[in-house]
Amino acid sequence: MRKFVAHRAKSLITNATAPLLNPHHHQSSSSSFNYYYTSRLARFLTSIASDTSMASDKSTPPLTAQSLNPKVLKCEYAVRGEIVSLAQKLQQDLQVNPGSHPFEEIIYCNIGNPQSLGQQPITFFREVLALCDHPTILDRSETQGLFSADSIERAWQILDQVPGRATGAYSHSQGIKGLRDTIAAGIEARDGFPADPNDIFLTDGASPAVHMMMQLLIRSENDGIFCPIPQYPLYSASIALHGGTLVPYYLDEATGWGLEISELKKQLEAARQKGITVRALVVINPGNPTGQVLAEENQRDIVEFCKKEGLVLLADEVYQENIYVPDKHFHSFKKVARSMGYGDKDIPLVSFQSVSKGYYGECGKRGGYMEVTGFSPEVREQIYKLASVNLCSNISGQILASLVMSPPKVGDESYESYSAEKDGILQSLARRAKTLEDALNNLEGVTCNKAEGAMYLFPRIMLPNKAIKEAESLKKAPDAYYASRLLNATGIVVVPGSGFGQVPGTWHFRCTILPQEEKIPAIVSQLTEFHKKFMDEFRD
Amino acid sequence: MNCRRVLGFGLPFAVVVFIEPWIKASCGHTEIVKELLQVNIDLCLFEGKFLYIWPWPKVAKNDFSDARVLSSSATTLFFQLHESDRFRKLLIGLPYSYNKCNHWLGIMSAKALDYDQINENVKKAQYAVRGELYLRASELQKEGKKIIFTNVGNPHALGQKPLTFPRQVVALCQAPFLLDDPNVGLIFPADAIAKAKLYLSYTSGGLGAYSDSRGLPGIRKEVAAFIGRRDGYPSDPELIYLTDGASKGVMQILQTVIRGQGDGILVPVPQYPLYSAAISLFGGSLVPYYLEENANWGLDINNLRQSVAEARYKGIIVRAMVIINPGNPTGQCLSIDNLKEILNFCYQENLVLLGDEVYQQNVYQDERPFISSRKVLLDMGPPISKELQLISFHTVSKGFLGECGQRGGYFEMTNIPPESVDEIYKVASISLSPNVPGQIFMGCMVSPPQPGDISYDQFLRESKGILESLRKRAHMMTDGFNSCKNVVCNFTEGAMYSFPQIKLPQNAIEAAKSAGKVPDVFYCLKLLEATGISTVPGSGFGQKEGVFHLRTTILPAEEDMPAIMESFKKFNDAFMDQYENNIGYSRM
Repeated sequence: MRKFVAHRAKSLITNATAPLLNPHHHQSSSSSFNYYYTSRLARFLTSIASDTSMASDKSTPPLTAQSLNPKVLKCEYAVRGEIVSLAQKLQQDLQVNPGSHPFEEIIYCNIGNPQSLGQQPITFFREVLALCDHPTILDRSETQGLFSADSIERAWQILDQVPGRATGAYSHSQGIKGLRDTIAAGIEARDGFPADPNDIFLTDGASPAVHMMMQLLIRSENDGIFCPIPQYPLYSASIALHGGTLVPYYLDEATGWGLEISELKKQLEAARQKGITVRALVVINPGNPTGQVLAEENQRDIVEFCKKEGLVLLADEVYQENIYVPDKHFHSFKKVARSMGYGDKDIPLVSFQSVSKGYYGECGKRGGYMEVTGFSPEVREQIYKLASVNLCSNISGQILASLVMSPPKVGDESYESYSAEKDGILQSLARRAKTLEDALNNLEGVTCNKAEGAMYLFPRIMLPNKAIKEAESLKKAPDAYYASRLLNATGIVVVPGSGFGQVPGTWHFRCTILPQEEKIPAIVSQLTEFHKKFMDEFRD
Repeated sequence: MNCRRVLGFGLPFAVVVFIEPWIKASCGHTEIVKELLQVNIDLCLFEGKFLYIWPWPKVAKNDFSDARVLSSSATTLFFQLHESDRFRKLLIGLPYSYNKCNHWLGIMSAKALDYDQINENVKKAQYAVRGELYLRASELQKEGKKIIFTNVGNPHALGQKPLTFPRQVVALCQAPFLLDDPNVGLIFPADAIAKAKLYLSYTSGGLGAYSDSRGLPGIRKEVAAFIGRRDGYPSDPELIYLTDGASKGVMQILQTVIRGQGDGILVPVPQYPLYSAAISLFGGSLVPYYLEENANWGLDINNLRQSVAEARYKGIIVRAMVIINPGNPTGQCLSIDNLKEILNFCYQENLVLLGDEVYQQNVYQDERPFISSRKVLLDMGPPISKELQLISFHTVSKGFLGECGQRGGYFEMTNIPPESVDEIYKVASISLSPNVPGQIFMGCMVSPPQPGDISYDQFLRESKGILESLRKRAHMMTDGFNSCKNVVCNFTEGAMYSFPQIKLPQNAIEAAKSAGKVPDVFYCLKLLEATGISTVPGSGFGQKEGVFHLRTTILPAEEDMPAIMESFKKFNDAFMDQYENNIGYSRM
């Protein structure tokens, strides 16, 4: 075989270099013939690969774990990882064999999925969605007895924005234009700066939007994306799946998960030394899993840093409505950049929003959008193309995205019930966050920063050496060991900190604040009791 | 970092440097390469990201005598490129050049989102269904012209009414508080209410909660029962994954299969451009096999063998084969014998078969009803039925439902090992869950009202009405095309499309070339401007060289069809007259 390869290589090189001997020819038509030889060489290189590996590849079926895309094998997604599988198994046990475990139900605190834990949807949004899904009842008089008047009116408005009123048709790949107009108006009202509906791409939740940006930005493993550590594992998974490199920057737990520019500079320099081209900076504000809300001053520094270093700012702003402390407010990065005088030309910025979080918590709808600014028209064309391969995002999710950015206003029939529902949910979340935070801080060896926003607490546990040793002997990360013990003892599902990344040698877990308020006291006492026993067992 | 990949090996034979194009513009590249690699070279050859260097004295003498060393070096290069750890070590082994790179970067950093800085695979992907023609049609529509969109299989956009029952069920699931309202029965039938309650009981928190990443277990059970009834073999719900439309499923699977450009996927040509676009995006190689237009777009197994042999010769490992049955854009329905041949072929060649069966309800003739690849496979018995890897796709967007906007779909896996299924689960879990309303539509599709249910008659009337009308339209369209000058069209046996061949006169081809257009794009643009009919040129789907087609859907309303075909004929025949070479006639 070697001889065969050598022969092919030789003829390739001979062909490739022949024109070189004629400098005039080379100058005049370099582009076309070089392209030709470039592709020949590339083909030659792959041919060597298959020559050497064909024998082994022919005998194994195509979809075995050994022959899958290595990027798929490499990526990890802890939010639905091993602990969740264990939880599902325990749940089945409980169904088949009630009383087989020391708890009656599994409490899923692993994932921000509020309605699965009993949070009720906002009535007005659901009325409008139901009417848009079944528009033939809009004209019937009985409908007025079942739905609020402004929901009927809103459904008509939305249907008029849908071409042909066909909610069952594929839409424009960026999303229905009229709905994007509504969203742009909502952004404008929020920020006080104009928003262009053509900058908005509606997506099936925020996650596909993040994937799309990673796909666009990452060319090879030498391309890096800056991510906060601890981070939401969507980012690490998406970067791995697209074959890039995650460049970490650590949030400072001691200052309430602060984001220091000096840390960014240090990590950027380190990455560049390793030959990584850092292309973008991910900021999650309010933070997931860390719950901090960035101060406006800090945001300005981040914008300045991205501008100086030529980074795309990827702003994950899906928790923008989830803020629980009176002294903090949400400011979108776009608003901050514009208020600094930076326009479209100065900084490429993507803001992600979702219908899954906020007070609405409509995870199952898979609605969301990204607002893309500061990109050249050619690049935007490419994003549009990526969107068009999947045709469009689901229409119900699109309608909901427009509703959350344009809820009922003062004077609308539904306004009172809407704002009562909204305030009820947000105030209750704030109380739950506080209760759980206090409870965690009362545990031996546990410290927990305040959840200023988002839906999570991310306590640090000082695990005794004995527990760490025990975990190691079981080949588990110590925090994963703690989480599985917690689950087995109480039915509470949390995600070990190692899934999010943490300063080496520190251990955490992420727990949502979403269980219904009446269940919180029981959770606190179960957690406290478990932790005490765990410490008694392992205390050094 | 300006230098993405630096690979030095076996000098003085060849060096391949992958380098950013902007450097070319900014400095003399030979100088840069010298600095980078710390070697003496005389000339390098440059294009795009690739930089080739040969030491001049040897090139000048055309001296490649030591081919053995050359080959081992080239092999080393390849492995360095593909084994990332060793590749990294190589990079670290060049500290000086690396620092230099960083130095340059500091001076002239290119912006992350400059066009030449984004992922090449993204740029390479083509998606014709929403390409130039569609954009021009949208423009014309904005200008107030009446456009007939026949470019996308999007039935509701062309006036097809949604089936009542599924919409009632989903509306009730959206607004569960209605279920407790004593007046709900005034506008919703009892069986829709019962179905909504059943589906809500499958969820953990209604439509607003993420479901299992594979889809609601209750719906997956209904899908499994549907497949079991269809094929006569039970199906395992654990091997059925619900997705946001079939496209998402196809992309998930291709992402799992494709490791790099050495991996090939066999795709029919003409093909639905989702496949070419997705394969480009994931960096694989599309291996085409041509369908035979003269044989009613049949699939010739010898053709397949030849395609695989050619790909192998190019060094591509063919890993999967896509079949679209009924065909898109070609509309043919595969026979049992043909499917058996395909399955045997995949078995011999060790390919996973990806069966795009989204048009399984859209069949407009009775000689060859739809038969799933899974049924044929299981009928064939062991060993093939126990070993051949098969993934089949389905959707709520086609059939009589036509609910494109809901993004509901599923794929079913046969003979896929559990570890691989787990990996596919993991990738699905990163996107959390498919949209739940789309899952409910899927449920309504696979378990529709039964005889005796209140909604049964209406459901049957509506769904039959749609399919019967589509059958009529398929005939009207094919006959219409075949009555046009220089147009021949196979009958649309299934799916939603007509794919006539347009025999363009030489003059029209010349005119297209001078306008800088592919000939069929030229024709379709003219058609659009003259009639408002928005089609997709055949070049977007792939076709044999020198042969031109266009794709239209058969979806315009039945009553509009005669006028559309008449307006098409008028345009086409005038176009043909205009460009046909009349010199011969005048001489006669």
